[in-house]
Amino acid sequence: MTLPLLLLQLLNGVEYGLLLFLVASGLTLIFGVLGVLNFAHGSFYMLGAYLAYWLGERTGSLAAAVAIGVPLMFAVGFVVERLAISRLYGRDHLSQLLLTYGLVLLFNELQRALFGNDVHGVPTPRALAFGLPLGELQAWPAYRAFTCVACLAVAAATRHVLLRTRFGMRVRAGAVNPEIVEALGIDVRRLLSILFSAGTALAALAGILAAPLTTAYPGMGEGVLIVSFVVVVIGGIGSVKGAFFGALLVGLADTLGKVLFPGVSSAMVYAVMAAVLLWRPRGLFGQPAEAR
Amino acid sequence: MTLPRGVRAALLLGALALALVPLSGDRFWVQFVAKLMIGCLFAVSLDLLVGYAGLVSLAHSAFFGLSAYLLAALSNGLGLLSAFVTLPLCIAFAALAALAVGWLTLRTSGVYFVMVTLAFTQMLYYLFGESPALGGSDGVYIAQRPRLAILGRTVVDLGDPTVAYAAIWLALVLCFVLLWAIVRAPFGRVLIAIRVNEPRMRTLGYRTRRYKLGAFVLGGALAGLAGYLDATLYGFVNPAQFGWRQSGLVLVTVLLGGKGTLYGPAIGAALLALLEHFAERATEHWNAVVGAAVIAVVLFLPRGVAGLLEGHRA
Repeated sequence: MTLPLLLLQLLNGVEYGLLLFLVASGLTLIFGVLGVLNFAHGSFYMLGAYLAYWLGERTGSLAAAVAIGVPLMFAVGFVVERLAISRLYGRDHLSQLLLTYGLVLLFNELQRALFGNDVHGVPTPRALAFGLPLGELQAWPAYRAFTCVACLAVAAATRHVLLRTRFGMRVRAGAVNPEIVEALGIDVRRLLSILFSAGTALAALAGILAAPLTTAYPGMGEGVLIVSFVVVVIGGIGSVKGAFFGALLVGLADTLGKVLFPGVSSAMVYAVMAAVLLWRPRGLFGQPAEAR
Repeated sequence: MTLPRGVRAALLLGALALALVPLSGDRFWVQFVAKLMIGCLFAVSLDLLVGYAGLVSLAHSAFFGLSAYLLAALSNGLGLLSAFVTLPLCIAFAALAALAVGWLTLRTSGVYFVMVTLAFTQMLYYLFGESPALGGSDGVYIAQRPRLAILGRTVVDLGDPTVAYAAIWLALVLCFVLLWAIVRAPFGRVLIAIRVNEPRMRTLGYRTRRYKLGAFVLGGALAGLAGYLDATLYGFVNPAQFGWRQSGLVLVTVLLGGKGTLYGPAIGAALLALLEHFAERATEHWNAVVGAAVIAVVLFLPRGVAGLLEGHRA
C-alpha cells in the first residue's frame, strides 16, 4: 500500500471516528447523568439522516437541513424525555432497555411509513464537491474534511459547555449526586430534559452530516447505535473524554481493518473492545465501581 | 417461590393442551405452535440468567445461532444425520461457546455486561453474515433433518412435522422441570442471593463468578437446544438469528411475561407470538404495535404478566 493511500484511510478513519463521537457523547452523557441506557439513540441518528434527505430535497441545501433539523430533533428529544424516559429514572437498566427497545420499533416503523424501504441518496453541498489533493493520484473529498472540522467544533463547544459554564457544572454535579444538586435548589428535572434533548440533537446532527456520505437507509440507526455502545464501553461509561478517544480508536480500527483484514473487518472493532476490556474492565477513562 | 395454585393447574393444563395440538391436523397451527414452544424454551432459559442470576445478557441468541449453524454443518458437510450424535455435539458446542464468552464478559458487570454481550452477538452476526464460507447473508439450508436410527432402522424422523412437534414439546417440558428444580436447589438459591447482594455472598466465601458462569453456561446450552430444534423444524439457518433484534426480542419476552418466575417468560413468548401473528394480519406496520405494547408493559406492568397473576405480592 502506498503512503498517500494509507494517509487517505487514516483521514477517513478519523472522520468516521469524529462522527461517532457526536453520537457516543450523547449516549455516554445520558447514561452518566440520567442513568438511562438509551437504545433509541441510534434512531435519532437515523431520523437525522432522513431529515437531511427530506429537508435537503425541499430546500436544496444541507445547511438549511441542519438549521431546521437540529432544533426539530431537540424538540423530539424533549417530548420523548417528558413522555417516556422521565418515568424510568430510578428503575433498573432492564426496564430502560425494554422501553427504549420499544421506541426503536416505533421509530423504525415511522421511518418505513414516511419514507419507505428505499435507500435515499443525499447530494453533497455544491460548494464542497471537490477533492483535496493527496500525493499525485489521490484526493480527499472536501466534504469529509468539512465534516471533521464541524465535528471538532461541536466537540470543542461541548467541552466548553461542560467544563466552563454553570449549566455544565450542574450536569457534572448531577452525574455525581443528583439528590444534593436537587437539595441546593436546582431543578434537576429540567436539567435532565435539556441534557436528553441536547444528546438527541447531537445524534441527529451526526446523522445529517453523515447522510451525504452514507445515504439514508433503513436500519442505519441500529448499526451506529451498536458501534457507539462499543465506543462508550471502550472510553468508560459516563466519560465524554473517553467517548472522544474511544470514537477515534474505533474509527481507525474500522477503517484500517477494512484495508488490512478485508474478510473480518466488522469483527475488528469488537476485537479491539475485547482487548481493552481485558486490560481495563471499566474502559479507558471509567470510574471504579465504588465511585458510582 | 411457590407457584400460585391457579398457575400450577394452568401450567399442567397448558402442557396437556399443547400436547393435543397435532390432533387438529392443521399443518399451519402445528408449525405455529411448535415455533411458539421453541420461543418459550428460549425465553425460559434466558430467565435463569435474567430473573435469577440477574445477568442481563444480550448474547443469548448467539448460542441459539451457533448450535443451529453447527447442525447445518454436521448434516450438510459431514453427512451426520443421527440425532444421537448431532444433538449432544450441538449442545456441547453452545455450552463451550457460552463458557468462553461468559469467562470474558463476566469480568464486567451491570451495564458493561449488557453492552459487551451485545457486542459479542453482533460480532458473530457480522462474521456469519459476511463470510461466504459460513453461508453469508442468505443463510444455509439443511438438506436432511436429524433422525434417530436403531440398528439401521429409522425409528424417529424429525423431518416429519408431527414428530418434530412431539420432540419440541418433550424438550420444553423437560427443560421447564429441570430449571424449576435448579432454581429451587442450593445452586439456584445462591444465584438469587448473588443477584440481590453480590458483595455479601462474596464475603460469605462464595465464588460468585463461578456461580454466574455456571448459570451462563447452562442457559447457553439450553439456548443451543432451542437453536437445534429451530433448525430441525425449519431446515434453515440464517445470520439474522444472531442479530441484536433477536436478542432484544427474547429479553422483551422475558420481561413481558415477568422475569424470575420461569412460567412468566413462557406466557410472554406465547403472547408475543400471538400478538405478532394477529397484528401482522391487521396492519403492515405490526412492529409499531409490538413496540407500543412493549412500552405499555414497561410503564404500567413493571412485573410483567406474571405480576398480574400473582397480585400484589412483592
